[in-house]
Amino acid sequence: MNSAMDNLLTDNIKRRNRTNTRLKYIIIAGAVITVVPIFLIVGNLALKGYRQINLAFFTEPAPDTFQAMMAAASGEVIPGGIVNGLIGSLLMVLVASLVSIPLGLMTGIYLYENGTKRYANFIRSLTEILQGVPSIILGIIAYLWVVKNITRGYSALAGSTALTIMMLPLIIRSTEETMKMIPVTIREAAFALGAPYYKMIIKVLIPVSFSGLATGVLLALSRILGETAPLMLTALGNPSVSLDLTKPVSAVPLLIWDFYNDPNMVNLVWSASLFLMIFVLSMNLLSRSIASKHKYI
Amino acid sequence: MSGDKVTKALLFLSSLTVLLLSAGIVLSLTGGAIPAFREYGPGFITSTLWNPTTGSEEYGALPFIAGTVITSLLALLLCIPMAFSTSLFIAEYFRGTRTAGILRSLVDMLAGIPSIVYGFWGFYALRPLLISTGLTDQGFGIFTASIVLAIMIVPYATSLSAEIIAMVPSELKEAAYSLGATRREVIFSVIIPSARSGIVASFILALGRALGETMAVTMLIGNANIIPKGLFSPGNTMASVIANQFGEADGLKLSALIAIGLLLFAITALVNAAGKFIIRRFA
Repeated sequence: MNSAMDNLLTDNIKRRNRTNTRLKYIIIAGAVITVVPIFLIVGNLALKGYRQINLAFFTEPAPDTFQAMMAAASGEVIPGGIVNGLIGSLLMVLVASLVSIPLGLMTGIYLYENGTKRYANFIRSLTEILQGVPSIILGIIAYLWVVKNITRGYSALAGSTALTIMMLPLIIRSTEETMKMIPVTIREAAFALGAPYYKMIIKVLIPVSFSGLATGVLLALSRILGETAPLMLTALGNPSVSLDLTKPVSAVPLLIWDFYNDPNMVNLVWSASLFLMIFVLSMNLLSRSIASKHKYI
Repeated sequence: MSGDKVTKALLFLSSLTVLLLSAGIVLSLTGGAIPAFREYGPGFITSTLWNPTTGSEEYGALPFIAGTVITSLLALLLCIPMAFSTSLFIAEYFRGTRTAGILRSLVDMLAGIPSIVYGFWGFYALRPLLISTGLTDQGFGIFTASIVLAIMIVPYATSLSAEIIAMVPSELKEAAYSLGATRREVIFSVIIPSARSGIVASFILALGRALGETMAVTMLIGNANIIPKGLFSPGNTMASVIANQFGEADGLKLSALIAIGLLLFAITALVNAAGKFIIRRFA
């Protein structure tokens, strides 16, 4: 009688242990499957893309489809590079940063200083909504505002506008989150010494939270550098290097899109994608390493 | 003292830009959409016609709304098991270990890859794989786009879920263990019930990401202006039809595309607001 009961109990425990171990292996398998794509993508791009990455890749503008076809036919690397896209990307990102970083910093500080006041809460919610707006819609907006009314044609300025609106909420959020971690005593110490408000911000708030702010800016940059959709509606693309804000300009993701649509350029897409991915990922990882090194501000 | 007022005024003015931008976006989209809504009325949302031929122009948004909703929900469905196991891996089984740190960085890397690179990879690596299974001839369509979308939104669902799971009080878990519960029982009867709303919110926010994703979907969905008929049918999403057709659009067609943009804006804003609300309220 007693031993029968014991058997029943041990059977039950065995079963529970079995399902317990099974779940553990399922979880591990699921987690591994989730990260497999990252290896596949990086490996695939590296294998097929490295051949085209040479000096010309960084110094020459994109080739035309005829040059690419000739090179592909004779099995050589495609001549030319992505310098027009590189310069265009840098130009638009620079303009977007010049506007959104100071504006985002000031707005973030405003939200931090005004805590839970009704207006600040409202602005905070709007910032969250802005952050969730799909990037293609910001392309439409920059088209309506800048392409239609200001530059009267596709332009780098319109591309920068879309990127600025994308970047602004990211900077605002990261600024406020970083500032929240500063001990209030530091602020109060500055005021106790008689520092005026602006000096407290410039000499205390910003330096103390600098690494956090840098992380936020780098993350925002890594987000907008890979953006394609809004630029298709605004910057359009340009076969040669251009620094004119009122004229169409190319960008690395736009070049990838052009190459992708041209069967002769396939080899160049792999390289351009590889380059863009490495560029964006290293910026991303850099920002995370800064963040983990300075966990408490 | 007046210097302080200037500083405060400057900070206030910069916060106004957020207000102006938001108002401007809503007004411009609405203004641009008016011609299409005036022409077709609310029927614009339920019409399945998309005919840009001059003279017999006819535009409706339903195929694209359907495409967006179907691909995003399918992506979410595929994403749930992945994000669920990854977040349990990071926040429960291997919590605080080096392995968890590495896995977390790898998942973060998924978020760092640009959309167009995903699209390109899907086109040249995933599509041939799907064709070789014999399920589809061309490899384009709802299913291909959803797989890539699922991979793209996993990091967003994972990072929030893991954070919420890690926040479950250890007293609760220890109480269950002391009663003799196995880890599996602790997960299903303690961790998941107490982190439920946070996990739900993380999936809703991931869905919000999927709804607006443009490039990867545009490159993989097959770009047919029809309501998808099956898993492997081509289609078009709201974002992809804008990306594809905005360039050569003017007049009524431009307005129809902007109207689709307005609808997409409203849907994503609603989904994101729901996610944020659940987090604030319950987590």
